[in-house]
Amino acid sequence: MTLKKYVVTRLITMFAVLMITLLITIALVGSNMDSILKQGVAFEVRDGITKNPKISEGFASTDEFETFVQIQIQQKIKSLGLDQPWYSPQRIGLTMYKILFLDFGHATFLTSDSGSSDVKEIILEKLPRTILLFTTATIIISVIGIFLGAVSGSKVGSIIDRITSSFAIISSSFPVWWIGMLMIFLFSFVYHIFPARATPLIPSSDPNYIGSLLYHMTLPLITIVIIGFGSWAYLVRNFIVGIMQEDFIIAKKIIGIDKKKIIYTHALKNAAPPIVTILALSLSGSLGGAIITEAVFDWPGMGRLYFEAITVMDLPVIIGATYILTVFFLISIFVADLLYGYFDPRVRTG
Amino acid sequence: MRSTAQEIKEEFLKSKIGIVGIGILLILIVISILVVIVIPVDTFKEWNNPGSWISYPKVAIPGWVNLFLSEKIPEHKILNSPKINDVISDDMAVTYHQFGVNFDYEDFPNDFIYEFSAKYTGTPLLQMDVTRPDGIQLKLFSASLPNSNTITVHNERIFSTDDMIKKNLYLQSNKFSFPLNDLSSEDIVFSKTGQHVPLKGNYVFLIKMYGNKSENQIPESKLIIGGKAFGIMGTDELRRDLVVGLLWGTPLALFIGLIVAIASVVLGLLYGVYAGYKGRKTDEVMMRFNDVIYALPALPFLIILSITISNSIFVLVGFLMVFGWVGIAKVSRSMSLQIKTRGYVDAANMMGQKDSKIVFRHILPQLLPYAFASIAISVPAAITTEAGLSFLGLGDPSFPTWGQILHDANVYGAASRGLWWWIVPPGIMIAVTGLAFVFIGNALDTVVNPKLKR
Repeated sequence: MTLKKYVVTRLITMFAVLMITLLITIALVGSNMDSILKQGVAFEVRDGITKNPKISEGFASTDEFETFVQIQIQQKIKSLGLDQPWYSPQRIGLTMYKILFLDFGHATFLTSDSGSSDVKEIILEKLPRTILLFTTATIIISVIGIFLGAVSGSKVGSIIDRITSSFAIISSSFPVWWIGMLMIFLFSFVYHIFPARATPLIPSSDPNYIGSLLYHMTLPLITIVIIGFGSWAYLVRNFIVGIMQEDFIIAKKIIGIDKKKIIYTHALKNAAPPIVTILALSLSGSLGGAIITEAVFDWPGMGRLYFEAITVMDLPVIIGATYILTVFFLISIFVADLLYGYFDPRVRTG
Repeated sequence: MRSTAQEIKEEFLKSKIGIVGIGILLILIVISILVVIVIPVDTFKEWNNPGSWISYPKVAIPGWVNLFLSEKIPEHKILNSPKINDVISDDMAVTYHQFGVNFDYEDFPNDFIYEFSAKYTGTPLLQMDVTRPDGIQLKLFSASLPNSNTITVHNERIFSTDDMIKKNLYLQSNKFSFPLNDLSSEDIVFSKTGQHVPLKGNYVFLIKMYGNKSENQIPESKLIIGGKAFGIMGTDELRRDLVVGLLWGTPLALFIGLIVAIASVVLGLLYGVYAGYKGRKTDEVMMRFNDVIYALPALPFLIILSITISNSIFVLVGFLMVFGWVGIAKVSRSMSLQIKTRGYVDAANMMGQKDSKIVFRHILPQLLPYAFASIAISVPAAITTEAGLSFLGLGDPSFPTWGQILHDANVYGAASRGLWWWIVPPGIMIAVTGLAFVFIGNALDTVVNPKLKR
């Protein structure tokens, strides 16, 4: 299989997954969504009519007026195609088409900081903050992890290796959000260093907003890094240990090449493909994990948006956020696959 | 691949970390069994019913904290076995209920409550007095119960905030050398007479019910001295005794973790081995399907599923399985691809053995060590995912888990209010349970992959 064909097959799979995810999401929330849309239309029509007093003056009784309003609502519902059930092929097709091009409609309850209820605008406002927090965290984690992993992989059984390995094993079984609660307890209740809520109090138009946001970001960032770097170091260590037993490394050792040089140039280079793949995957994985972490720290990103949307059952936001999370997840899986296929030609031949 | 059970057992027992893991797991299992036997299921079902926790204190610190403090925090006391004494004469029947309290703290109690249910006819008179360590007797309460001509059962709670108690205490203010205005009843009853500081020693609360029928009784009689410390694990904002929730969480977590891990590993193993063994078109189709499931974002999906379909714990277990088997299927497929090429599989094939027999007799047994290691490693993931979902408030309300305790803690801002006993124990339980399986999995992993050992 050529690289081109490999890329095309992966792309098709990814697109299929995206469509299936969308279909399942719509199927799960469809019936609720339907009633929300109809309520929205009824409200809109009624609002339009009451704003124009001339229309109501023309009716003799309130009953007559009421029937007129109902007829108007039914007409509007029909013209929008809402009279058909949500599972009719046209409706599903239309909904999926809209979502595919990021038209998620209007949120029922939630608004963006600037007051817009357009789901797309809300998401576009929250997404950069999530990326800021979690990408920074992932980069720090991977740098510490690769370095520690290389050191402990080269000195198997040493104190550094033992500490790293046991820290990795222990930290992996603590939920990040629980450590988050402990950190809030420690740093904002006991020591008053960082605020308990990570949402800056000043409005986003203020010039100091960025600084305030970064200050509020510190506590969640530290927490994510503390919990994350151990398992990274452990993974890198295991790759290095495996590679150090390969024949070509042993040969290099016998020739008498400096051990440090072997590790940092030859061994690490050979461990690169899986490391890069894991980097790509953990970037997207962190977006999913963001839902709980952001809920704990009250970080104003996608995760908290998702959490709030669940709490008030704001379906358009849930659908939109799920879609965006899925897209990011798929892109990173795709990139990981490509990188792997590029680094390791054996994958392509299956 | 070496794989006789004996060898694996020997290898495993060589690793200390594996033995520690097994040890923790055994302790957890013993706790679970004891919990199921000792703590009645009813207390646990009442977890989310605020009415059944009413005699417990709000956010009380664990009682053992007092061992480390010089200034003792008043402990919350629920006294429900009074000394009962019935005196019956021709025209009068008096029931005495006597509660003794040893009060030995540097702070006043929060309140005191007398909770009773009386069975009587007529109009009995109920009186409450307290005899303090310094010998002074204070009259607290005196009122007649509602009149009834037939035998009736009357339930009531007399709170220390009751106006009658306050009025009675003001009437006896000459016993105290400081003004009693603005002081609550418990601050007066438990105070020294000379100055307003707690008086330590034995207090005796005496409840008297005067009636004229001998069948008059107080079948339920409970005196609560409200404090700020309670039990082994303290209580939460909703007055629940956290030790009940923590202990009941153990069998639940083990149930969720083990069922999800075992089921998804078995599923993944069968799927992967079958795909790998069949090869060609079957393999291709099965692996594409695997790719699709693999690429579904698990957490958002689990959230939507539990909102729209059901938040029952059993349904959740099913959903966790759906997302759990994928990775195992991938690995076991590639392992079975290797084993397939071995001579004895070819031989079995040529002898005309059925596919199912070859898979179950020759390929699957080779994968068993890997399967056990994956089960151990999948358990913590299942437990933390369930805890995470519960933490978001999507847990099954009829089965309170550790994640739900933490959810409530987060809702009531336990972290920023410093209520550590509400946050630390559930998390430690989650982590310790996870660790036990990680340790076991790690030890098994070194047995399966000898490369990692050096």
